Amino acid sequence: MIIHHPLLGPRDSSEFVYLGDASLINRPDWQAEDATEAFYDYAYLRDNPAGEHRELWFHEGGDRSWLVVTRNTATHEISKVELARDVARAQGRSK
Amino acid sequence: MTQDNRLSGGQIDRTKTLNFKFDNRSYSAHPGDTLASALLANGVRLMGRSFKYHRPRGVLTAGSEEPNALVELRTGNRQEPNTRVTTVEMFEGLEAHSQNRWPSLKFDALAINDRFSTFLTAGFYYKTFMWPAAFWEKLYEPMIRRAAGLGSLSMQEDPDEYDKGFRHCDLLIIGAGPAGLMAALTAGRAGSEVILADEDFALGGRLNSETFSLNDGDATEWVKQSVAELSAMPNVRLMPRTTVIGAFDHGIYGAVERTGDHLASLPSGKPRQILWRIYAKRALLCAGATERPIAFENNDRPGIMLASALRTYANRFATTAAQRVAIFTNNDDGHRTAADLHAKGIRIAAVVDVRDDAPTSHDYEVLRGAQVRDTKGRLGLTFVEVELADGSSRTLDCGALGVSGGWNPNVHLTCHQRGRPAWNDDLAAFVPGADLPPGLSVAGAANGVMSTHGALQSGAEGAAQALGLKGPLPDLPKAEDTPISQTPFWYVQGCSRAWLDQQNDVTVKDVKLSHQEGFRSVEHLKRYTTLGMATDQGKTSNMGGLAIMAELAGKSIPETGTTIFRPPYTPVPIATFAGRMKGKEFHPTRLTPSHYWAKERGAVFVEVGNWLRAQWFPLPSETHWRESVDREVRQTRASVGVCDCTTLGKIDVQGADAADFLNRVYCNGFAKLAVGKTRYGLMLREDGIAMDDGTAARLAEDHFVVTTTTANAVKVYQHMEFVRQCLFPDMDVQLISTTEAWAQYAVAGPNSRKLLQKIVDPEFDISNEGFPFMACGNITVCGGLRARLFRISFSGELAFEIAVPSRYGDALMRRLMQEGEEFDVVPYGTEALGVMRIEKGHAAGNELNGTTTALNLGMGRMVSKNKDSIGSILSEREGLNEPGALMMVGIKPVNAGDKVTAGGHLMDATGPVDAAHDQGYVTSAAFSPSLDSHIGLGFLKNGGTRQGEKMRLVSPVTDLTVEVEIVSAHFVDPEGERLRA
Amino acid sequence: MRYSGFKVIKEALTGHKGWTPAWREPEPKPHYDIVIIGGGGHGLSTAHYLSKVFGLRNVAVIEKGWIGGGNVGRNTTIIRSNYLLDGNEPFYEFSLKLWEGLEQDVNYNAMVSQRGIINLIHTDAQRDAFTRRGNAMILNGADAELLDAEQVRKEYPFLNFNDARFPIKGGLAQRRGGTVRHDAVAWGYARSADSHGVDIIQNCEVTGFRIENGKCLGVETSKGFIGAGKVGCAVAGNSGRVMGMAGMRLPIESHVLQAFVSEGLKPVLPGVITFGAGHFYVSQSDKGGLVFGGDIDGYNSYAQRGNLPVVEDVCEGGMALMPMIGRARLLRMWGGIMDMSMDGSPIIDRTGIDGLYFNGGWCYGGFKATPASGFCFAHLLAKDEPHPTATAYRFDRFRTGRMIDEKGMGNQPNLH
Repeated sequence: MIIHHPLLGPRDSSEFVYLGDASLINRPDWQAEDATEAFYDYAYLRDNPAGEHRELWFHEGGDRSWLVVTRNTATHEISKVELARDVARAQGRSK
Repeated sequence: MTQDNRLSGGQIDRTKTLNFKFDNRSYSAHPGDTLASALLANGVRLMGRSFKYHRPRGVLTAGSEEPNALVELRTGNRQEPNTRVTTVEMFEGLEAHSQNRWPSLKFDALAINDRFSTFLTAGFYYKTFMWPAAFWEKLYEPMIRRAAGLGSLSMQEDPDEYDKGFRHCDLLIIGAGPAGLMAALTAGRAGSEVILADEDFALGGRLNSETFSLNDGDATEWVKQSVAELSAMPNVRLMPRTTVIGAFDHGIYGAVERTGDHLASLPSGKPRQILWRIYAKRALLCAGATERPIAFENNDRPGIMLASALRTYANRFATTAAQRVAIFTNNDDGHRTAADLHAKGIRIAAVVDVRDDAPTSHDYEVLRGAQVRDTKGRLGLTFVEVELADGSSRTLDCGALGVSGGWNPNVHLTCHQRGRPAWNDDLAAFVPGADLPPGLSVAGAANGVMSTHGALQSGAEGAAQALGLKGPLPDLPKAEDTPISQTPFWYVQGCSRAWLDQQNDVTVKDVKLSHQEGFRSVEHLKRYTTLGMATDQGKTSNMGGLAIMAELAGKSIPETGTTIFRPPYTPVPIATFAGRMKGKEFHPTRLTPSHYWAKERGAVFVEVGNWLRAQWFPLPSETHWRESVDREVRQTRASVGVCDCTTLGKIDVQGADAADFLNRVYCNGFAKLAVGKTRYGLMLREDGIAMDDGTAARLAEDHFVVTTTTANAVKVYQHMEFVRQCLFPDMDVQLISTTEAWAQYAVAGPNSRKLLQKIVDPEFDISNEGFPFMACGNITVCGGLRARLFRISFSGELAFEIAVPSRYGDALMRRLMQEGEEFDVVPYGTEALGVMRIEKGHAAGNELNGTTTALNLGMGRMVSKNKDSIGSILSEREGLNEPGALMMVGIKPVNAGDKVTAGGHLMDATGPVDAAHDQGYVTSAAFSPSLDSHIGLGFLKNGGTRQGEKMRLVSPVTDLTVEVEIVSAHFVDPEGERLRA
Repeated sequence: MRYSGFKVIKEALTGHKGWTPAWREPEPKPHYDIVIIGGGGHGLSTAHYLSKVFGLRNVAVIEKGWIGGGNVGRNTTIIRSNYLLDGNEPFYEFSLKLWEGLEQDVNYNAMVSQRGIINLIHTDAQRDAFTRRGNAMILNGADAELLDAEQVRKEYPFLNFNDARFPIKGGLAQRRGGTVRHDAVAWGYARSADSHGVDIIQNCEVTGFRIENGKCLGVETSKGFIGAGKVGCAVAGNSGRVMGMAGMRLPIESHVLQAFVSEGLKPVLPGVITFGAGHFYVSQSDKGGLVFGGDIDGYNSYAQRGNLPVVEDVCEGGMALMPMIGRARLLRMWGGIMDMSMDGSPIIDRTGIDGLYFNGGWCYGGFKATPASGFCFAHLLAKDEPHPTATAYRFDRFRTGRMIDEKGMGNQPNLH
């Protein structure tokens, strides 16, 4: 597969390491009342769609960016690639 | 032997003669021959035996779709089984042997199977060989296995080199027949970057096998001119002998170039084959079509071939399988073969055409509305029996029979991403469907365009469309544009032992039985009968089987379905996929900065991930590794030892939020760590399990150096970047892996400070007061060389780790050894390192095995509940905090001299020994020279409260039971006085 | 009809006219006691044991394509019970015992061949881990042998003992492990289940569940609604898709695993070998093909096909381990959808929906589990309580922290 890195252009997927669903960005609040349940859900349950899937890839053999790749799991077609950091910020994560 | 079946003309070089051997018999051939054409020219029709019935077999095709004529090519460690004679380019001294026969090709004992074929129908083995149960493995299966299989491996290492490479292009054209060549001309002239690949050694495809003209000249002339023009274009790369084996995601094509298979021997350093990964913006499949046979009784004898193959052998290779040939066809193309052979002086016994309105000829007899009923000839065809239109029968004497059942477009690559081909009624064949791999289009016969003119035109148009070329297409050479005329005809009614899959011996009868027994889906048919599972992957057999199944099921062929084509298009040597990654080159080797020094010292090395580390440093007098290791431990504990620990992961963490960041990734607190101090840190995964441990040293307010274990260096770095970029994107913190930037040595033992004081520049105070336990700092050594010093200890002794830029690593080690002479300094390896850490009770890889928690490791209280850190929430789950949870303990044999085995399980001192009574297990074990006893670390249920308990350590797999005592994991200096000294 | 050597001979002499379909092609009835979704190995074995052992005959297996077309029809055919953890080992040992009696049980020769499996050891840490595992196997009643390098060499002299990057230091052998003719497993179970009255309905795709008041009443399918007292889902790689229709999110991701077969060769490999320093495991089929595989591609996929990097990775492992296979040709590669769970171990459990049961999360080890998976799922469906060897395979183990993590990789499915 070829991943179009937003900073580095097209790169072979073998330069990357895969983690999983981009929902892993949405780490729950540790102080919330239902934190244990929320962390269980976060860590273990997946939509696992047969179709469009937002997922995390790490550019291990490159600039070490984490990317959010939108890829169709039925066809492997990639429709969007973003820096995970931008996605995280857009989702309100900060520090 | 003379080449009795050599004809005039052809594209062989008669000025040169090549000698070759088949089954130890010598023959001659010419450059341009394949092994198949050369054997035919020498009058050899019998080339192999079939898989199941060991029926005599000759060549069926003239291309890579060949199912029958497989041989063992070359000898010794280059012996290559199952090689299709049709794809072997002749070279001087070629040697080949027939396979799957015993004692000889002409007399094969297992041909007896053919006599018993009525018992050996499809799937018979699923219904028998079940009684008695033990007999399957003892009797039946060994018998079957011995008989099965085709060719043999040499069982020796392949001495040849293989390589891999990447190529990029605007347009990859797959197949260099009329469509491919025309596409390449169109794209090449427009200036695009083009790769034109063809599996054959001669470009031109079918044009090399035909007699018709292009632009009123020989088609082969046009091929020559076109290839010459393309060769001259810098933007076009011609790749003959290159099979595009698969269409993978995002326009990546796998291709195998056979760079050395046509050579008698490889020039030194040249690869035999190259695996290319071609990154193509667009691709055009011009792979042509494959003729399909018709099934009739005994249609598998040597001499019975595809009609187009006969034509190829005659026109391109100037040879024939026999001097008298019959043709059996359902279409006009079969007549073309008859005409071409006739023109070469071959006698045409007759053309048997199933159509009542078949064209006739002045040159030979055409039997309209007739069918071949049966054939004769044990080791080669002698005659065929024909049923004429009026029902009478007739016998035709002939040594070869050309069969033409129509043509199947080579759609394989269009299906590699699971697209389905579509049925085309006019061709009675599958053509590429709508769902092609993105970026791939199809032209020529592969797309069902069967005339030469059509192929040329669709090639040009296909290239222009793929590249978005504007303007007129190049002029096409004038070419035949004959419409297809055929009547679908798959098998002769009433036949039974009529072969569909000639290699696997699947007959019409087997397909019928498969249907009768309910194996009706195409995939069931394939799996039950093994139809299409042979080395040709059903290129000539699948359609026939499918058509018969459709008829039996009363459905159309497309309703019945099609099997999925998968890569590779033709089989590829495993070595080609591996390239140079074998032997010592299988993985990269990482060497530590002191590697060459250690080698000089005669160190024994051990693989640790990709690293090579010194395991111990034997003295000439030492004969057993334990002597060396024990000495290294004793000497370190007595005075001072040095160990290269560069392989530990090192991560530089910088930024205003660095402390905050570490506070999140470690379960214990880091926010308040003072500058100049180091702290042990335990990192959890988000699921609350221990991931890694190490130290973090605060060199400045905004600068930490983190160490990881050797094994987890990569994983931890990834994880920390994930936390930084994905979870806390606004933290002011930067990470960089500096594992290879710094050479780092552990200097341990009571004299370690004295040794270091000799090299640390005098302005730095490393006394116990000035540089206490867990201190860290930037220093200089040896007169100004920048270095980092950490007072940390893995061995439990007074110890330091000192780091210098990697390029000084070798020099520093030599200097330490030199300065340490007065202290009797000893270098120690990973074994002594391991012994000392077990003695000290430090957890390492065997304890951090991915299932243990901080609690298990005896560090439960380290997990801070007052801050947000990775893993802290899920570490609280009940299952991880049960009473009686495993806790790390020390293990000592009760009887001195008994051995503790890592991997042994702990059982109560009395009672049953089984899984239900399992209390824990030993993770690490060693002989401790300090205690003069074997010792171990392990996890024990409720281990925290069981010190002093006597238990049994059992290891049935090593046949060992030892009485042990549970003790503190800290065998040496439990109070930690030494490391604070 | 009973299969036997006698029957084969009799039919051969009378023109094979007496063979009947291995299973019927029934239309679905409006209601069954139990409907099993998924006509793969696990679904069909569940049906076999439900009908034969637990006496439930009003059972249907519904399959969207053709039976045996999932992972049971595309795997590397290895059976073994060399597991470490108490949650797993008794289950897989139970499975191996069922394999040992499979042919007589279903009257179908699936060619269970206990030719032995050896997991190679390349480091001291690996030896420690395999020692622990071998002991766990023996303590659970299975067989295990720890071999040193010389013993391995005796059995497999052609492995790379010359210039290996990661030298072979030994191996953990399980002699009762081996291979099975994978397609025949599906067919044997199907034929047996059919003979006990189970309806096997092919080309019938589930399009939804009918769930009212927290109770599952049946399934909507491409052949209409089929009512059911209980519904069991055994669809492996499609678990997320199917259970999603019931509104469930699972601790499972679907990944692609590729497998490979070489051209047919005269016998070279007596048993199964797994490389411990790379991704490669291999055996030789009775037909002569080397059947081999490696790691999953590593990304979520339902595409049933993989990509070149893993093909290369696997072949590199093969060449590193046994350089004599270099000139053998890779004939065919294929991909299956693996239901990779969050701890690498399966789930056989009730769901939060009354009457709906789940069997999945087999990662890429489901084939060897086929008999026990079916037996234990049938047990659960028939008795509403887990089989003693499958009590750990609960959904809630992730919530409670009782993971069964053989590899110690944590909640990242592509690492299991």
